Parts: sequence; structure tokens; C-alpha cells
Amino acid sequence: MSDEEPKVRIKELYKIFGDNPKAALGDVRGGMTKSELLEQKSHVLGLRDINLDIPGRKIQVIMGLSGSGKSTLIRHLNRLIEPTSGEIWVDGEDVLAMNEKALRDLRRFKMSMVFQKFGLLPHRTVQENVEYGLGIQGVDAAEAAERAAKWIVRVGLAGFEGHYPGQLSGGMQQRVGLARALATDAEILLMDEAFSALDPLIRTDMQTILLELQEELHKTIIFITHDLDEALRIGDRIAILRDGEIIQASDPQDILMNPADAYITDFIQDVNRAKVVRMRSIMGPAGPAQGAPVAPGETIEEALQKLHSAPDGCCPVTVDGEIRGTVGIDAAIRALKAPGTASAHYS
Amino acid sequence: MLDFLTEFPSLGRRDLSALRQGIDESFRTFSRAYGEQLEAFFNPLLKFLVWFQDLLTDAPWPLVILVIAALTWFGARSWKITGGTIIAFLLIGIFDMWEDTMATLAMISVATFLCIAIGIPLGILMARWDRAQALITPVLDVMQTIPSFVYLIPVVMLLGIGKVPGLLAVCIYALPPIVRLTNLGIRLVDREVMEAAEAFGASYRQKLFGVQIPLALPNIFAGVNQTIMMALSMVVIASMIGVQGLGVPVLRAISNQYLALGLMNGLAIVALAIIFDRVSQTYGKRLQAYRETGRE
Repeated sequence: MSDEEPKVRIKELYKIFGDNPKAALGDVRGGMTKSELLEQKSHVLGLRDINLDIPGRKIQVIMGLSGSGKSTLIRHLNRLIEPTSGEIWVDGEDVLAMNEKALRDLRRFKMSMVFQKFGLLPHRTVQENVEYGLGIQGVDAAEAAERAAKWIVRVGLAGFEGHYPGQLSGGMQQRVGLARALATDAEILLMDEAFSALDPLIRTDMQTILLELQEELHKTIIFITHDLDEALRIGDRIAILRDGEIIQASDPQDILMNPADAYITDFIQDVNRAKVVRMRSIMGPAGPAQGAPVAPGETIEEALQKLHSAPDGCCPVTVDGEIRGTVGIDAAIRALKAPGTASAHYS
Repeated sequence: MLDFLTEFPSLGRRDLSALRQGIDESFRTFSRAYGEQLEAFFNPLLKFLVWFQDLLTDAPWPLVILVIAALTWFGARSWKITGGTIIAFLLIGIFDMWEDTMATLAMISVATFLCIAIGIPLGILMARWDRAQALITPVLDVMQTIPSFVYLIPVVMLLGIGKVPGLLAVCIYALPPIVRLTNLGIRLVDREVMEAAEAFGASYRQKLFGVQIPLALPNIFAGVNQTIMMALSMVVIASMIGVQGLGVPVLRAISNQYLALGLMNGLAIVALAIIFDRVSQTYGKRLQAYRETGRE
């Protein structure tokens, strides 16, 4: 996407769980599959040859079903889990070479984390929970209180400062978790299925809050989810993980238009494409068009009215009045059909 | 041949008595060599215990009751418990058990304080290292199950008869619950919460004092409560080796079949136990008020 150095770089990362992972590593490199490894060596393959460059100031989604290794992967970034082999670089620094103190500073100042089950301190109030990371950083009490109060308001919990987590609903607890992570001013936010435990309406709410905050904060967010709709809604880039391997890492439009294999094709089958496919993915070269201009970021659903009312069924795609391409209603309709469905003969 | 099966081939009587004498002799030598040093080591403890007991017995009784009532109120925040405590102490005074009760109170307080000071760090150690747990657990088992009279023997041989050996005997018996429950409480702290603390870069100390101990407090308090109860149950036995207090008249009552004397002093011990128990339990409960606030 851009030439600048990636914020986080994962290189040839392997994780094997078991008594002697180093010994099993050779077999895995030699091509042994996850089930063979489990059967023959009683080791569990967590991650296999993960290579991923995560750009700064964007939301990188890592998606996979349960058991795909996504939670294992995110815990490698701040070394809550030690890899069997591989490299992790953050801002050009080798995370695996860090000593205890450097690692602690990384966790204190550079990366903060939001958890699926919230991980709040039950004996502390909302205010004290949000102050937690600041206290560990060594920020003095008065400043910590002030900064925490600001974030509590930002996530919409004003008035709940004195409540204990046990008194709040799941959605509110996760707002506390989010405020706690944001309060440390870390540049990188790790979100491990942060919204998965919430019911659908609340989840959508939380996604909206996250997107609004991101518009202003431009953090590097690494977001784990098993929910494709969530991934497509918030992800600037998506990496799809299966059985510990990345099978496609790209931007959402690319995954929708060019799924890498049958598994992903299957995966994106039930997506409401009208809501997620954007004009820039289906536009052709600039040509004659009589319709009203549309933006490249508009979804089919949003642009459909304009396409329909265009006399020739074509609309120009413009940015600041400058024409970038043309999109036709036929292309839009074609794009509504998921790839692979025309002759659905894969198994 | 049959003899071998019906009679256990034990060591001969002579070998055994030589062995026992050898052990006894070497322990005696040890206690002769180090007894004084040990006594000197425990001297500050003795001084403190004597000072505390004198303080309780010499102070005007209304003041003592007032202080105890205030402590009870601070701990339990309950008029019922505070009122009951005052009545219990008035009755103790009326039945002329004031001095013995104060002696027992001093003893139990110091023993509990000692057990907490030793037990909580031990429990923390056990929670941190599985090796420490594997090592300490069997020792605690022995401390809890060995008949108290058995360890009274070496304690008396080493330190003679008096307050300090009594205090040690009480502590040996009362220490295990606080150690065990501290260890258990820390190990039971939610893994998710610990992971969060870890992810925010908390150091071992920050995790211990910011997360583990506060969340283990209810269990630690259950341990303190158990420790106090067990210390109280040792009062009579401790009186056999010269500890003053409510145990002495009970012991006299046993040997002379004085029913009323035994009953009255026994009930005074019960009253102390109930007061300690209620106060420490309600205090422990108040510490975890955050748990009771209704989660749907």
C-alpha cells in the first residue's frame, strides 16, 4: 500500500505447543500437517510460517474461526506467548531480543490491549480501572485521574466513574476496557475478540465508537475477530487465518473480489455484498457517463439510486471533482453475485 | 518360620532404647548448647507479650471495654455485634474472670499477629513457586495433625516452661490455615485479570500488591479467622506449660472436677471465639463489597 516501514512486522513466525516444540519444528518445516503432527508427535501446531506486515495508523483485522490461532498470534506481539521460532519487529525494534525491562516498557508505553472477557479488575471502580495502565507507567495520581476521566467521557461512561465492573453490563464493561487501553496513549492497540462477547446491537455500537475514535486518533489497531461482517466493517486490511496459517492478507475489497481459495470463497458467501463492495472495486476506466458522480468509497447500496437514474446506466467516479473512472449498473449487479457461485463446483 | 510372619521382625528392645537415648541425648546437648541463645532470640517477643498483657490488665476496665467496643465497631460496623461484645465482657468481669481473659486476649492477639506476619509471606512464596508449595505443604500437614503434646516436649526441653514456649505451641498449631488460604487465594485469582495486568506491563510487585493480594483478601481473611479460632482452641493445652489465662482455671477444674468453674471459663473462651469470629468475618465480607453489587 505504501512504501513506509510497517509498524509491526511478523516474519516466519512458528508456534508449536508441546513438550519439545523445537524438535517438532523441523517436522513442521518439512511439511507435516497439523493433524499429522498431533497424531505422530503429540504436539499442537499453533502458528505456521506467519508473515505479515502491519501498516501504521490503520486497522489490521486478523480473522479466523476458533482454533485458527488468531488469539495465539496477537499474544506474540507483546510476548504474552513466546514463539517457537521467527521474528517480530515493532517500529524497527526486535521484540524477541528485548530483555525483561524493555519488554515491560513496550507493554507499558507502546502497546495496550483489550480482551474478549474484558479482564477488568473487579475490586477497582471504573475510574480506578481506567487509571490502571497509567499507575503502572508511574504517572502521578492527579494527572492519571484527569486523563482517565477524559477517556471515560469519550467512551460514553460519564457518571459511572464510581461503579464497580460487576455493576455494569457487558457492553459498558468493554467500554471500560477500551478506555483503559486508550488512556495509556499507546500507539498500538491490540484487540483480542474485543466485541465478540457482546450481543449484536451492542457490538455494532462498539464498532461505531471504535471507528469514530480511530478517525481522530489514527492508532495502529490489530483487531482479532471471527466475524466476517465485523472484519469488513472496520478493517483497513484483513488477514485470514486457518489452522495456524495465513491464507490471504489483503484489503477487504480485494478479498471480496478475488478470494484466494475455495475456503475464503465459502467464507464470503453469505456477506451482504451491496453493503460492502465499493465503487473503486468495480469501476472501469473513465468513459462516457451521464449519471451523477459517485465517490470511490461508496458502497453499491449507497450508489444504486444514482446508477439507476442515470440515463445510460453509467456514473463517473470522482474525487474532488476529478474523474477517476466510470461505473455501470451492470457491473454493480454483477458484483452482487459472490465469485465462485456461477458454477459452484468446489467442495 | 511362622514366628517371622506373626511377629513383626522389629528392632530389638536394646537397639531401640539405644536409638531413643541417642536422639534424646543429642537433642539435650543441642538444647544445652543453644537453649540460651534461643531464649535470647525470643526475648523481645516475651517482653512484648508481657508488656501487652500488663497493659490490658493494668488499664482501667471501662477503658479496655471501650477500646474493644471501638475496635469491634470499626471491624464489623454492626450495633448487634458491638453490643454483644460489651455485654460479654461485662459478664466476664462480673464472674471474676477479667484478668485471665485479658491474659488470654493478649496471648491470642500476639499469636495471631505472629501467624499473620509469618503466614502471609509464606503463602505468597508458595503461590509464586510450585517448588515452595511442594516443600511447605507436607510440613503444614504435619503441623496440623501431629498431637500438640508431641511437639510440646521439644519446645519445653529447649525453652522451658513459660509464655514463649506456649506462644510457639499455639503458633505451630494455628499457622497452617493462614498459609494455605493465602496460597489458595492468590492461585485462584482470575487468569484473565492476571493476563491483563501482564499485558499492561505490571511488574511482579505491581501484580502482587495491585491485583493478587487485593483479590485474594477474602480468602486471606478466612485464613486469619481460622488461625484465631485454632489459637483459641489451644488455650487449655498451652496452660499446661505455664501460659496464664483462661486455660489455667479450666485445667484446675478438670483435675478437681469443678463443673461450674470449668463451665464458666470455658464459656468465656467461647465468648472470645464468637467475638473474634464475627468481627473478622464481617470485616472480611466488607472488604469484598464489590462482589455483592448485583450483576444481572
